[in-house]
Amino acid sequence: MKGIFYLAWRYLAYNRWKTSILVGSIMLIIYLPVGLNVVVEESGEHLMARAEATPLLVGAKGSPLELVLNSLYFSLETPELMDYAAASSIIESGLAKAIPLYVRFRSREQPIVGTSIEYFGFRDLQLASGRLPALLGECVLGAAAALELGVAVGDSVVSSPETAFDLAGIYPLKMSVVGLLAPNFTPDDDAIFIDVKTAWVIEGLGHGHQDLARPEAASAVLRRSEDGIVANASVVQFNEISESNIDTFHFHGDLGGYPLTAVVAVPNDQKSGVILMGRYVDGEAQSQIIRPNDVVDDLLDTILTIQQFIVAAVIIVAIATIATAALVFLLSLRLRRREIDTIGKIGGGRWQVASMLLTEVVIVLILGSSLALGLTVLTWRYGSTIIERFVLT
Amino acid sequence: MIDIEDLQFHYADGDFRLDIPRLKVNQGERVAVVGPSGSGKTTLLNLIAGIARPQSGRISTGATDLLALDDGKVRDFRIENIGLVFQEFELLEYLDVLDNVLLPYRINNSLRLDTTVVQRARDLLDSVGIGDKHDRHPEHLSQGEKQRAAVCRALLVKPPLLLADEPTGNLDPMNKDRVLDILLAYASDNGATLVTVTHDRNLLDRFERIVDFEQFLGHGPGH
Repeated sequence: MKGIFYLAWRYLAYNRWKTSILVGSIMLIIYLPVGLNVVVEESGEHLMARAEATPLLVGAKGSPLELVLNSLYFSLETPELMDYAAASSIIESGLAKAIPLYVRFRSREQPIVGTSIEYFGFRDLQLASGRLPALLGECVLGAAAALELGVAVGDSVVSSPETAFDLAGIYPLKMSVVGLLAPNFTPDDDAIFIDVKTAWVIEGLGHGHQDLARPEAASAVLRRSEDGIVANASVVQFNEISESNIDTFHFHGDLGGYPLTAVVAVPNDQKSGVILMGRYVDGEAQSQIIRPNDVVDDLLDTILTIQQFIVAAVIIVAIATIATAALVFLLSLRLRRREIDTIGKIGGGRWQVASMLLTEVVIVLILGSSLALGLTVLTWRYGSTIIERFVLT
Repeated sequence: MIDIEDLQFHYADGDFRLDIPRLKVNQGERVAVVGPSGSGKTTLLNLIAGIARPQSGRISTGATDLLALDDGKVRDFRIENIGLVFQEFELLEYLDVLDNVLLPYRINNSLRLDTTVVQRARDLLDSVGIGDKHDRHPEHLSQGEKQRAAVCRALLVKPPLLLADEPTGNLDPMNKDRVLDILLAYASDNGATLVTVTHDRNLLDRFERIVDFEQFLGHGPGH
């Protein structure tokens, strides 16, 4: 048997391209449906776990899916914006704790999440080093974000400008890293957390500039009155919030009208949650309240349906591939007629020849299956991360 | 060594018939078989080797009546006792020269492959001048080298009977002599019987006996 195995192996090794194509085909036939299933299941579990950990989400009326993807997985698509007053009204209702979210900006690929200090407790995010942001312009990085950006406590990160060639656009803000979070294997690992007010500074709704009362700013002052000072564009605007200039930062207008992408509502109890949801039933309301797990459930149903179609298509392709592989094998038997005859003439039996051919098939099947298994394990290990990183965000 | 009596053979399809009333080859004898193409020379070798079975008659090799053995036993007998050399070499392209020589030991469980056998294969390759090419595949050998490798495969089991079907048919004159020298030297040194089919009448004087298939024309092939 050892000799038969050796001959089979030598044949496959000598015809390495043919063998590689066969092994690759077998691998794909097995891996595509199995890997797809693993991806869907793993992603579903990850998506659902995050959704279930988020009881209610309030946002402006629009796509619930966009709202969930942005608020839970920090996707690039920004949902319709709502007013900060909506968060205040939830808090004032006494029915739930409200955690504001403003997820619109990025620092390179990492999402910048404007929120409140309650978010860290709500998501059970632990500090690995440093402290939580306490001042305007401070940020805390998720473990993966810190690794990606290569920063530590004491360094700084800069928000990406939204419109590089638009003078009136969003300018980058340099933020101090005051803390790094321990990994928790959720989208939080990839995020940069700042106070929502710092997000508004990035937006340009809050700003800091040189003190116009000081003599060096005199040339910029156009007019002084009791209502305020009017200055020209030569006034120096700060693009970094530091100890020395933090006092100059201020916001104009009513904070209640400032934008948020969503508010996470954590009801005091089930009854409070139901009452809170009732408040958004009115069709005239500007906001919507959703249960993220309902939205994710619908999403997974859709994915499952698509998956079934794909698996059906893959099975049809697999049958065609197996039929083709069988045909190739049978044709190769005709090509190998002389070799088989030689083995028979020298003294090899039909059983030996059949065993050798069968061994070749088994080796190809084992190699293809092993590769498919390896890919499936990799998919199981990294599939959901890839989906979260490249599809959801 | 080989004793054939009243042998009659024909293929299931076609009108070819082989009819040999009597043919005897002694142990250690070196016999050349000649005759016109299609007269059944190769068929005779196949019958002696047990690859083909006659419809009637008797073939015995040594003390063994091949027709009394089943297929498996015939194969075991053949691999242990008969060295076959073919005109087209019949080397397996996916094996290197050494593995081709060792092929009989890999395809039949009645032979046991060990380091002694591997060393003998290497020695054989050295003795025919292609020891340094043991790791090459047949496609990288000349015709003469291929046939020498095929001869080594036939000699490895030290068979008492060598059957060679036009072993020099595809070779240039120098290689013809060289291959024939190897076969004859083996037969002479080991007291083995050599039956060689050949069309080359220039080689006939190197054999002890010539069996001309013309003699069977009245009885056999095509009649």
